[in-house]
Amino acid sequence: MDITKRLFLLAAAFAALGFAPKAADTATETIVVASTTSTEQSGLFGHILPLFKAKTGIEVKVVAQGTGQALDTGKRGDADVVFVHAAADEKKFVDEGFGVRRFPVMYNDFVIVGPKSDPASAKGLSAAEGLKAIAAKGATFASRGDNSGTHKAELALWKAAGADPKGQPWYRELGSGMGPTLNASAQLAAYTLTDRGTWISFKNRGDLAILVEGDKTLFNQYGVMLVNPQKHAHVKAKAGQAFVDWLISDEGQAAIASYKISGEQLFFPNAKDGA
Amino acid sequence: MDAPTAFSTAFALILNGDAALVDILRLSALVTLSAVAVAAVIGLPLGAALALARFPGRGAVIVALNALMGLPPVVAGLALYLLLSRSGPLGELGWLFTPKAMIAAQAILIIPIVASLTRQTLDDLWREYEEQFRSLGVSMGSAMAALLWDARFSLVTVILAGLGRASAEVGAVLIVGGNIAGHTRTMTTAIALETSKGDLPLALGLGLILIAVMVILNGATFAAALWARRVAG
Amino acid sequence: MTILPLTVDGVAYEAGGRRLLSGVSFTLNAGAPTLILGPNGAGKSLLLRLCHGLLTPTEGRIRWAGGDGRRRHAMVFQRPVMLRRSALANVTFALRAAGVDGANARRAAADALDRFGMADLAWRPARVLSGGEQQRLAMARAWALRPEVLFLDEPTAFLDPGAARIIEEMIAAFSAEGVKIVMTTHNLAQARRLAQEVLFLHRGELVEAEPADAFFSGPKTEAAAAFLRGDLFW
Repeated sequence: MDITKRLFLLAAAFAALGFAPKAADTATETIVVASTTSTEQSGLFGHILPLFKAKTGIEVKVVAQGTGQALDTGKRGDADVVFVHAAADEKKFVDEGFGVRRFPVMYNDFVIVGPKSDPASAKGLSAAEGLKAIAAKGATFASRGDNSGTHKAELALWKAAGADPKGQPWYRELGSGMGPTLNASAQLAAYTLTDRGTWISFKNRGDLAILVEGDKTLFNQYGVMLVNPQKHAHVKAKAGQAFVDWLISDEGQAAIASYKISGEQLFFPNAKDGA
Repeated sequence: MDAPTAFSTAFALILNGDAALVDILRLSALVTLSAVAVAAVIGLPLGAALALARFPGRGAVIVALNALMGLPPVVAGLALYLLLSRSGPLGELGWLFTPKAMIAAQAILIIPIVASLTRQTLDDLWREYEEQFRSLGVSMGSAMAALLWDARFSLVTVILAGLGRASAEVGAVLIVGGNIAGHTRTMTTAIALETSKGDLPLALGLGLILIAVMVILNGATFAAALWARRVAG
Repeated sequence: MTILPLTVDGVAYEAGGRRLLSGVSFTLNAGAPTLILGPNGAGKSLLLRLCHGLLTPTEGRIRWAGGDGRRRHAMVFQRPVMLRRSALANVTFALRAAGVDGANARRAAADALDRFGMADLAWRPARVLSGGEQQRLAMARAWALRPEVLFLDEPTAFLDPGAARIIEEMIAAFSAEGVKIVMTTHNLAQARRLAQEVLFLHRGELVEAEPADAFFSGPKTEAAAAFLRGDLFW
């Protein structure tokens, strides 16, 4: 049975290898940032994080989730910094003591996209008028339905438009991230609300096009917060705060502004005057 | 159609030796092989013990194990997430959003597969050996080891079944790993990400590479087992 | 120190509500082979398994005079059970299970194969050996354990006459070395050649326990007479 034993030992050793900390992990300081799929999938982090690391040596690990889930991750203490876009929820997060302080960082805007044929004739209308037209026509509308920042913004827009789509046969709640929702919308020839950053970097547009944009109510503010070390002692407060400080510094703001896809700027820094 | 683009994307990635792809492949291999190793260390003896031991409730344990083979990865992932969260009972470990959590998640998913299939394989063998072993006074531990060793070629297939499930898994590792670029991004979570970014050719290209790796791995294992069987008889 | 005699006292065995053996009593002493005879279903194999300790009687007692000599008696089955490894490793495995350490087990196993002219088969996978070779290996494996008593359950039932003769020679050699043989067989000619004592079972009961000469020349019961005439054979 010696050979069996040896096989087991080999397997055990290999398993242990998997659990052994990598040398690189101990050499550089890393923080975990809970953020949204829209920021991660737009490629913004891929652009700015190397700049931050070059400056401070701190490695940032981004977990991309919906805003609701990202805030929950912060509450549980599983992230050091939360970087999301749902101002009201963020303020609540800080008020309840889970975050130290909220800083506005940047904004982009939402757009309503839909089939080029535009059955509801929503093109060029304001957000409220456009949604009303969609509801009146009963044109298919795909909702994130995942409690994300975008989903919350969408619900607020429906409310402002004075319409209640909930339970309507043309209103599809997908329960998916932004990308999958756009994939589905392209297939369903549905209208949907998306942030501009995800839209610009999205590749499977099919027949979809931007129909409603530029309305003040479509404004999408991002905020960043350090998770409160008094709630979770293991939070890397110093490194986390360094990231927050860098994002709202001139250097960080310039890095955000310089991120472009096909010459188009995706995010607009507004740490000084943002909400 | 996306398929031709997917093939050319896959070839371009491989030919260019894309650094990010190499990292992702390396992490996928580390996570999956470690999980399979953990599952083998736990699942093989567990399956052997179940094949040999007769105790009240054995049937229930076997049914439970068989049912766990179909455990939805998302459920396993979520349960592990809550355990490993800083606010959970195992939060002190600091494993969440690291490869360790991903290995644990996959191991949890494939231990029932390895244990259950091992038990089925060894059941028949034990029926043949039992009387002779009892005549020889073979201890329980030696009997388990002897069964595992004598069934080694069949058990290779059991391990490959576990490997298949682990390498194809995305739900659990996405939740506990966080799909962090350069840290916890594996082939499957990268495919899920590219799909949600709408880059279907890249997603499909990555899928083709994953399939190719699995074919090579399975082929190599099959050939090795065939060779070993011929040598060992 | 010997484990014999073996005392079987009022042994009965039931399984699935059926009484397969009842009121079996006899004493096994050291010496020449004891053959257990009887028609099919008489309970011969069952009695061997009870004596060897593979089964526990539902009534009665089975007692070795020298204490429970679990390691001092061995058994060879009708169909040899071979591990999926080499012939030599099969013998080594049995010795290791009996508590012999690695190097000694290896040497003793090689000796056992040598003793019965099977050294050239040592490295062959046991499972690809012929039926006769496998049974010879099973015999060598039992011999390697140096048992005081060897139980044999129809050891030649599935073998051709040539292979059966080799096994019979091995049995005779064991006996000559002082190993007490306790064996069941369907083959009356074989029984006549080997037996010194006969236990005749009929419908789960021991109806005759006689010296072999007396049994074969003048059975006391009608059942045994019919059996010897061949009327009860199948």
